[in-house]
Amino acid sequence: MGERAGAGRGDWMAVEWRGGFGYSSGTLCCHCAANETFLGVERQNERVRGGRSVSAGGATGPRDTREQGSQGTGSADEARLLEGLRQGDEDAFLTLVKRYQPLLKRVARMYVRSDAVAEEVVQETWLGVFQGIERFEGRASLKTWVVRILMNRARSRGERESRMIPFSALVGDETGGSDPAVALERFQDAAGEYPGHWAAPLPRWGENPEQWVCSLETLEYLRGAIQGLPNAQRMVVTLRDEQEWTAEEVCEALGITEANQRVLLHRGRSKLRRALESRNEGQAARP
Amino acid sequence: MNPWGYDCNEFVEVVTDYLEGKLPGEDRARFEKHLELCGSCRDYLEQIRMTLAATGRLGAEELAPKAVEELLTVFRRWKEGKAEGR
Repeated sequence: MGERAGAGRGDWMAVEWRGGFGYSSGTLCCHCAANETFLGVERQNERVRGGRSVSAGGATGPRDTREQGSQGTGSADEARLLEGLRQGDEDAFLTLVKRYQPLLKRVARMYVRSDAVAEEVVQETWLGVFQGIERFEGRASLKTWVVRILMNRARSRGERESRMIPFSALVGDETGGSDPAVALERFQDAAGEYPGHWAAPLPRWGENPEQWVCSLETLEYLRGAIQGLPNAQRMVVTLRDEQEWTAEEVCEALGITEANQRVLLHRGRSKLRRALESRNEGQAARP
Repeated sequence: MNPWGYDCNEFVEVVTDYLEGKLPGEDRARFEKHLELCGSCRDYLEQIRMTLAATGRLGAEELAPKAVEELLTVFRRWKEGKAEGR
């Protein structure tokens, strides 16, 4: 699994460039998939279509529906909701809103600067869903389709309000080089009794770590730590661990390989554990 | 063959592969052997699991009634537009 069937997006996907997260300014912006340099990112999809349009009108995604997407889970349920939506049934709509709204808002927020703009993008997305629903053939899962509409909308919005870089460049940057899960000095060096083993036992997160980690205060801190992750890692961690997407869904939506998805997930998760660890240490040190 | 299965600094780098079910059989056996032998790495894996669980909690967010109301308005407007054959 993890192979993406034919798809026409992803390789050119761009993400808001946030100066605040450890990136220095640099050259940005690439609107042309065909000319993009792939910075060491494995490229799974050979059917890249050039000439992408990010105009708002291109966001209803009729093209997407013709792709061979993965079949969503609960497709009978989805089919029922879709039919309801086509008929203008408010209950069906509300069910879908309940199911997807938090996800949509979260993904939108990755592209735009404020909650208010994210809300607008999500509203536009639903409008795009209504407009595209007649043409949706159900080959991709409903979730994938809706999120793709959102990404198109959010992207064009993000492009207008900020500088962009190609997503594949982010993936290349964030999967390359060395990024140890745990600082190397935490392990014994070659002179130690057990080289490569912990230099000191791993500190536990207090007497009741489960309770601590799920306290509102810690969760709020964790939310901030996720925001502080490098872009591609934040994207993958948010979709996988927060929104509980499968690896396949994430690969398809972001247009990345399974291997890169896993590296991003690993690096992101490891950083979050480290963040929680230092948070716990800090609290333990307080009188 | 490493008598510890893995060294700890290797272990922490394959944790995700393990959780994702992507460790090949023999590596998996090494991983589990190390897990048996090393308390700190057991704690480490547990902390990773707790991190995931906590992240999952962030996803369950309540909808603001106002947002729902706005969306319903958009929906109704669309319905009307459709009925008028626009």
